[in-house]
Amino acid sequence: MRLFKLIRVGLPMMIFLGVMLLLWRGLTLHPAQIPSPLINKPAPQYRLPNLLNKKMMTERDLIGHVTLLNVWASWCEACAEEQSTLVAISQNKNFQIIGLDYKDNLADAKKWLQQYGNPYEVIAVDQTGNSAIDWGVYGTPETFVIDKKGIIRYKYIGPISMEVWEDTLRPVIEKLS
Amino acid sequence: MRIILFLFTMVFFLSCYAAEDIYHFSSTEDQTRFAMLTSELRCLVCQNQNIAESNAPLAGDLRQQIFQQIQTGHSNQEIVDFLVDRYGNFILYRPPFNAGTIGLWFLPFILLFSGISYLVYYIRKKR
Repeated sequence: MRLFKLIRVGLPMMIFLGVMLLLWRGLTLHPAQIPSPLINKPAPQYRLPNLLNKKMMTERDLIGHVTLLNVWASWCEACAEEQSTLVAISQNKNFQIIGLDYKDNLADAKKWLQQYGNPYEVIAVDQTGNSAIDWGVYGTPETFVIDKKGIIRYKYIGPISMEVWEDTLRPVIEKLS
Repeated sequence: MRIILFLFTMVFFLSCYAAEDIYHFSSTEDQTRFAMLTSELRCLVCQNQNIAESNAPLAGDLRQQIFQQIQTGHSNQEIVDFLVDRYGNFILYRPPFNAGTIGLWFLPFILLFSGISYLVYYIRKKR
């Protein structure tokens, strides 16, 4: 009888606390950052022209380097926000930064680079956005970390601040190089 | 006056027609497939809209992608797999049935069942 009373009072309490815990956790989640199914898979194939010299570039350029592939566009405001960080970290030679210029006007893109700085080794141009679909891009800026074998190891969605670099991306890159 | 009204209506209908009929399908079956697929896939930019309704540029690109794949003879499953490979299960409004989502599918029924059993037990005891 006593046990029954304990359950009758305790069980709803437990359920209530469980739901509160679940909702509490929900507050700290970021639903806009959708996990990428491409993590630990080879980078998708692409064949895109270089913004500055029109030479064709492919996913084979990723082999042999740790790469930070940054998807940006001159119309993207958050991209301008992260550019100073990218320029600063491009001094580090343990990895290369490749740009993917997403659905952009080429003249605007070149002007934008002059204004905000060019941290990129090379920049591939995806004017249709089809290649970006292969990368699962849904909002610029997005940044992928790719290892020396061309396998995607990490994806960061949103602008990279110095804090994000130190706390999140740098440890990932250092582990790979 | 009547003629003006008539012309006005004609122009109005023409614009409606133009807005809806961007994609030309060879069969009505393909057209229904397109409508079905775009309404069951989530737009990743504005996450509470499907790909059919969203005005986000990415939704437009994905509509185009789905249209092309239908035209080149891909099955519904192939098209859905193509998108899930790139964007993950998040793009599906209807989550798949697998080990990771089994709780999602069964928990409501388990809760309902335990609630009903408790209710029955309680009523019986009261009598």
